[in-house]
Amino acid sequence: MSAVTAGRSTRGVVDLVFRARELSIVAALAVLVAVTASVNGNFLSGQGMKDIFLNASILVLLAVGQSVVVITRNIDLSVGSVVGLVAFTVGDFLAADHGRGIAFAIVLGVAIGALCGLVNGLLVSFGRVPALVVTLGTLYVIQGLDHFIAHGRQINAVDLPPALLSLGNGTVLGVPYLPVIAVVAMLAVGYYLRSYPSGRDFYAIGSSPEAAGLAGIPVRRRVMGAYLFSGALAGLAGVLWLSRFGTVVADAANSWELQVVSAVVVGGVAITGGVGTVYGAALGALLLTTITSALVVLKVNPFWQQAITGALLLLAISVDRLLALRVARILRRRNARHGS
Amino acid sequence: MAPDVTTAEPADGVRAPAPAGHGRRPFGRFLRWDVLVGVLLVLVFLGGSAGSPGFASIDNLSFALGDLGEIALIALAMTMLVVAAEVDLSVASVLGLSSALVGALWDAGWAIETIIPLVIVVGAVCGLVNGLLVTRLGLPSLAVTIGTLALYRGLAYVVLGDRAIAEFPQQYADLAVGDVPGTPIPYPVMLFVVLAAVTGVVLHATGFGRSLFAIGAQQEAALFAGIRVKRIKLILFVLSGTVAAFAGVVYTLRYGSARADNGAGLELAVIGAVLLGGVDFDGGKGTLGGVIAGVLLIGLLRNLLMLNDVSTEIQSIVTGLLLIISVITPRLVAAVGQRRRSAPPTSSPAPPES
Repeated sequence: MSAVTAGRSTRGVVDLVFRARELSIVAALAVLVAVTASVNGNFLSGQGMKDIFLNASILVLLAVGQSVVVITRNIDLSVGSVVGLVAFTVGDFLAADHGRGIAFAIVLGVAIGALCGLVNGLLVSFGRVPALVVTLGTLYVIQGLDHFIAHGRQINAVDLPPALLSLGNGTVLGVPYLPVIAVVAMLAVGYYLRSYPSGRDFYAIGSSPEAAGLAGIPVRRRVMGAYLFSGALAGLAGVLWLSRFGTVVADAANSWELQVVSAVVVGGVAITGGVGTVYGAALGALLLTTITSALVVLKVNPFWQQAITGALLLLAISVDRLLALRVARILRRRNARHGS
Repeated sequence: MAPDVTTAEPADGVRAPAPAGHGRRPFGRFLRWDVLVGVLLVLVFLGGSAGSPGFASIDNLSFALGDLGEIALIALAMTMLVVAAEVDLSVASVLGLSSALVGALWDAGWAIETIIPLVIVVGAVCGLVNGLLVTRLGLPSLAVTIGTLALYRGLAYVVLGDRAIAEFPQQYADLAVGDVPGTPIPYPVMLFVVLAAVTGVVLHATGFGRSLFAIGAQQEAALFAGIRVKRIKLILFVLSGTVAAFAGVVYTLRYGSARADNGAGLELAVIGAVLLGGVDFDGGKGTLGGVIAGVLLIGLLRNLLMLNDVSTEIQSIVTGLLLIISVITPRLVAAVGQRRRSAPPTSSPAPPES
C-alpha cells in the first residue's frame, strides 16, 4: 500500500517538474513580453508580433528536428549548413526553371535535407562514431559544397516564382503560413513521440542505449530515423528560408547550429538524452527569438545582445539543473520515509 | 568499455608482451591511428614536396607553421580536456575577447606589458567560470560552453564594438611574426614546441596525466580510486581559458589587428585537429603525438591546397572528410581485426545457443 502511494506521488512530482519546465518558459516569455510592451507599446502591435512569429518559425522547425536527435543522446551540428545548401540549390533550380511550383520546391528541399540526414544517420548509427564529430565533419563538407555550388553568386527574389515568395510572406485567415507550418510540425512530432511505441523508443534509447538494445529496440534504425527526420525538417526550413527572404547567398543560416542547440537546451531537452519534449524545444526557440526582438525594441546596444543571450542560456540550464537536483533530493527523502 | 591504457605507453622501446586472451598481432601497435596520422603526414609532406614547387621551401613551411600557431596552442589544452571526457567550445570566443581587450586597452593608452598579463588573467577567469559551472553544478560541458561561447563573444563586442585597433608596438609584432634569429622557426612555433613538450610529459609521464585517462575512461572508478575529479577538471578548464587568451594575444599581434570577431569558428578547427589526431571524444584515449600530427596534417594539407589554387570551399570539404574518415577508420580497423580474430572456429568457445 505504501509502495503504491510512494509510486504515485513520485510520478506526481516528476510530472509536475516536467510540466513546470514548460510552464517556466511560458512564464519567462510572458514576463519578457509584458516588460517590453510596457516600455514600448509597438512591441505588441500586429506587425511586431507577426515578425516574431515569422522569425521564430524556421528556428522552431529546426529545434523540433534537433530535439528528436538530442533525445536519443546524439546531436546534429550540420543543420545550419543544410538550411544554407537547400536554400541556395532550390533557389538556383527555381530561378533557372520558372515553370516549377511550390510543391516541387518543397519536395526537392526536403529530399536534399533528408539525403544529408541519411549520411549523418548512416555514419552515426552504423559507423558507431560520436555524433558530435560526424556532424562537425558533415557541417564542413555541406558548407563547402554549398559555397562550391554558389561560387559567390546570389539568388534574388525577382528570379523566384511569386507563389513561393507569397508562401513566406502570405497569410491564411490573417495568420502567416510559416508559423502554421511550424506549429503543425511540432504538434505532429510531439504526438508521435508521446503516443506511439516507436516514438517512445527515442526516449528509451537516450536514457540508456545499452538497455534499449537489450530490450529489443532497434537502436540503430531509430537513431537513423532521427537523423533522417532532422535532415528533412532542415530541408523544409531551407525552402521556407528561401521563401521568407528571397535573397540568398551561400552562407545563409551559417552558424545557426549553436542557436538551434541553444533553443533545444533552453527548452528543457537534456543534452545527455532521454529527457524533454518538442513543445519545450519550440518554446525555447520562441523565447530566444523574442529575446532578440525585445532587445532590439528596448534599444539595447546591439553589442550587448549576444552576451545577454549567452548569459540567459547559462541561467536557463543552471536553473534547470538545480531544479532537477532538488526534485531528486525530495524523491530520495520520500522513498526513505516510505521504507521502499 | 575497457579503459585503453596502452595508448599511454611510450612510442618506442620494447614491445609490451601481448596480454593473455587479447590475441594481439605483431603489427597491432603500428596500426594505431595516431601512428597512421603520422605516416599520412609524412606522405603528404613527401607528395607535396614532389608535386608542388615551393611547398618544401623554408619560407613556405615557416609561414604554414606560423599560421597554425593559435590552433596548435589551443589544441594542447583541448587534448587534455577531451582525454578527460570534457570539451570547451568557448575557446575561440575567449580568443576573441582577449583580442578585443588588447585592442581596447591599447587604444586607451595602457602599456602592452600591463595588458598582456591582465588579458591572460581574464582568460583564466573565463575558464574558471566554465569549470565551476561544469564541476559545481554538474552540467554537461557541451551545453555550458555553448552558452559561454555566445557570452564571451558577446563581451568581446561589448568591449570593442565593431572597431578594429591596429598599430601595436613593432617589437611585439616582431615577436608574433618574426623568426628566432638565425633559424627559420617563428617565435610562436618555438613557444609551441616548448609547451607541447611540457604537455606531453604531463599527459603521458605523470600521475596527473594518468588520472586524466582514468577520469575519461571511467569517472566513477577514478573517483573511488581517490582521484580528485572535480578539482582536476576545474584546473583543465582554467588552463584551457588561459591558453586561449594567450593565443588571442598572439593572434592579435600576428595580424596586427584587434577585432571582436577574431578567431570566430576556430573552436571547430581545434576540435577537428584533436579528433583527427586520434583522441576519442568519449574520453580516456589518445596521445599528444597524434594530436600534433593531426594539427600539422590539417595545416600542411590546407597549405598544399592553397599553393595549388584550390578554393577555400574545397579546403573546407577536405577538412570535413578528413574528420569523418578519422573517426570511421579506427573503428573499421578494429571491427575487421575482431572479425579476423574470431574467424577460426577453434580460437574461441562457441557462443551459447539462445
